[in-house]
Amino acid sequence: MFRAAVRLSVSGVRSITRTQPGCQALLASRGYSHGKQETDEEFDARWVTYFNKSDIDAWELRKGMNTLIGYDLVPEPKIVEAALKACRRLNDLASAIRILEAVKDKAGPHKDIYPYLIQELKPTLEELGISTPEELGIDKV
Amino acid sequence: MLRLTAGRVGSLVARRAAVALTTSSARMASHGHEVSEAVDMSKPMYWDRREIPLPDKRYKDILTPADKSLKEKEKGPWGQLSNEEKLALYRLSFCQTYPEMNQSSSEWKTVVAGVLYCIGLTGLVIIWQTAYVSPPAPRTFDAEWQAKQVKRMLDMRVSPIEGFAAQWDYEKGQWK
Repeated sequence: MFRAAVRLSVSGVRSITRTQPGCQALLASRGYSHGKQETDEEFDARWVTYFNKSDIDAWELRKGMNTLIGYDLVPEPKIVEAALKACRRLNDLASAIRILEAVKDKAGPHKDIYPYLIQELKPTLEELGISTPEELGIDKV
Repeated sequence: MLRLTAGRVGSLVARRAAVALTTSSARMASHGHEVSEAVDMSKPMYWDRREIPLPDKRYKDILTPADKSLKEKEKGPWGQLSNEEKLALYRLSFCQTYPEMNQSSSEWKTVVAGVLYCIGLTGLVIIWQTAYVSPPAPRTFDAEWQAKQVKRMLDMRVSPIEGFAAQWDYEKGQWK
């Protein structure tokens, strides 16, 4: 009887997560010592999917960005591109510029990461009309 | 008589307490403009933090008509916004840029100066204390007493192998 109940509850949980794909990205990569480790490509794909949600709302954008910046990594250009496009859908230029500042700050002492990121993002920045913090003069105090 | 004094003390205490309560409440009422407004922490707050690039709410809550028209323009292509307009939009949403947030201050100099000042003040207090407050030193600190004490220790052969008396040359009558 208990086994039947467990089987039911497990399938129930699985169906819930399937119908809300947006929630899946927020499952932070767990620190297991056992079990499958998520590869970098899977991580990137998960985050790109998260930001590519066509009807993403402002809260989800903020939550996603704040969570992403909380990780010990600089996001791949494709993730930042998806986030910037999400800002465009939300008509939020200020957040787009803030995202660029944040990823530059994430690179820390590694001064070569941010120029690479901007170089990869150039097409998107031009397409959306986003100015970099350097172009606006806010990269210096 | 005991009852009277107790009653008098009781009334004094009660009056003082009542006075304190009333003056504090009156003070708060009359000096309301001096007390800063308590922030409602149950609502979303804004803060500039490196690890939270997009805070819970926009920095500027109240938008002037100019701001509102700028927000309308933001809905169109961003390429049409001038740099000043883009900056204005940024400053509407955020208080400090990342470089402004991260800038260091000279506060540490003030802190070190304050610490050294307090240590110096304490030193002065201690010097004054030893001069005026401390009782005279016991007689066991006198040079004559100390000399006699050393002689006694040597006669007793205190630590004769590796310690005190081992440093004394008993034949020559001097320190080794």
